[in-house]
Amino acid sequence: MKYSAFTLAYEALRGHADWKPAWREPEPKAEYDVVIVGGGGHGLATAYYLAKEHGLSNVAVVEKGWIGSGNAGRNTTIIRSNYLLPANTQFYEWSMKLWEGLERDLNYNVMVSQRGVLNLCHSDAQRDAFARRGNAMRLNGVDAQLLDHSEVRAMLPFLDYDNARFPIRGGLLQRRGGTARHDAVVWGYARAADRRGIDIIQNCEVTGLTIRNGRISGVETARGPIRAGKVGLAVAGNSSRLAAMAGLRLPIESHVIQAFVTEGVKPVVDCVLTFGAGHFYISQSDKGGLVFGGDLDGYNSYAQRGNLPTVEDIVEGGVALWPGLGRLRVLRHWGGIIDMSMDGSPIIDRTPIDGLYLNAGWCYGGFKATPASGWCFAHLIARDEPHPLHAAFRLDRFAAGMVIDEKGQGAQPNLH
Amino acid sequence: MRIICPYCGERGNEEFSYLGDASLLRPDPAGAGAMHAFADYVYLRDNPRGSHREFWYHAAGCRSWLIVTRNTSTHDITRVEFACDVAAARMASFEDEG
Repeated sequence: MKYSAFTLAYEALRGHADWKPAWREPEPKAEYDVVIVGGGGHGLATAYYLAKEHGLSNVAVVEKGWIGSGNAGRNTTIIRSNYLLPANTQFYEWSMKLWEGLERDLNYNVMVSQRGVLNLCHSDAQRDAFARRGNAMRLNGVDAQLLDHSEVRAMLPFLDYDNARFPIRGGLLQRRGGTARHDAVVWGYARAADRRGIDIIQNCEVTGLTIRNGRISGVETARGPIRAGKVGLAVAGNSSRLAAMAGLRLPIESHVIQAFVTEGVKPVVDCVLTFGAGHFYISQSDKGGLVFGGDLDGYNSYAQRGNLPTVEDIVEGGVALWPGLGRLRVLRHWGGIIDMSMDGSPIIDRTPIDGLYLNAGWCYGGFKATPASGWCFAHLIARDEPHPLHAAFRLDRFAAGMVIDEKGQGAQPNLH
Repeated sequence: MRIICPYCGERGNEEFSYLGDASLLRPDPAGAGAMHAFADYVYLRDNPRGSHREFWYHAAGCRSWLIVTRNTSTHDITRVEFACDVAAARMASFEDEG
């Protein structure tokens, strides 16, 4: 069923009795051309673009739980392309362009809201760094605007501008950045992939990879073996565990990052706002809750829950920036497990196993990458060669000295 | 998460800073294949779900480097050792081997 204002009005008049499930629940077939492991945003987007861009529809997405139950449902929904290094800028800008047309493409309301992403600076040195970043963005065709103190104050009058330690000097604004509804992105890609004949198989954990003579031939799952000519891994958070099934060690550590939402309030902050003197960022959901987060906990974890010292640190950052936040109560907080790569940038590449492809290392920034990640991974799997947009995201870039380290932290994943 | 420092006793994890996997051994820079061995040492990790031996530094306490054995899926800590004791024991075992 195609969704439109007409179908919505028609169904409303009929008491919403005829809506069909947005995707099927098929039994796994014995064999597919391509199996994508991981039914998050990246895996489902990959499947969708395999069908749409490359005509491959004998494809299955296998997911251990329900689709979108991992990081796709645990992020803070921010989309942006405000990077410094050319490889990242080009890739994330392509993602932003796909976001801008995603709803028409998928025939699904993913609630893309280009409300702007504003990074605040608190010192002259930080303003210089933002000027450089903004110039790098503009040279790559991305919008960026350096705001001074009074321009920021006009936008957000309620912040603590004259804080003795962290005075707000200005900010770097990407107006095209913003948020999207994370669950809707998963559902939209799932529905659009399903409509193109792709099987989405939930509650089907992959327990092994079948490899013969250096070539993948299928996956072992909780619902039996599935043969496949090609297998793509899109399981950020658990990439090391899946790669270990193929005998590979990855340049990745799994870490926990926490996020929070407050009780709902009337519209108060109309952009995505980041604090430059600590690590804190915040935006307001359409339901009214203030969604915020900050640093990783900083130790290896697969636990999907964090610890209180990090909560305290994040909240302290928030209250330093915006004292009024202290009046709100936190409604929920949760943790997600992320692939922290050794340079803070992702990996979309072939592996030493023929027919096995890897999409991993998204650090804390996987959500905004969802469309481009799927688009590029589909290209890689279909053609067995990288698209120029992700050619730098190689698995062997670490040994080759071609790291993409935005923050210049070196091989210490918990600091990126 | 609280870590029982062998010197200071049980302390909150905010007193500690984290380095990572303690099972990695620095390769011999003069050994055969040192280039590959160093790339693996610097960049590749087992990243297990379950028991993990890792370095923590008691920065806001006794400033000891510790090796903590911790379950990465439950955050349960089963063992805390001084890193210097582990290193000394390793040196002793090398010397025993001659």
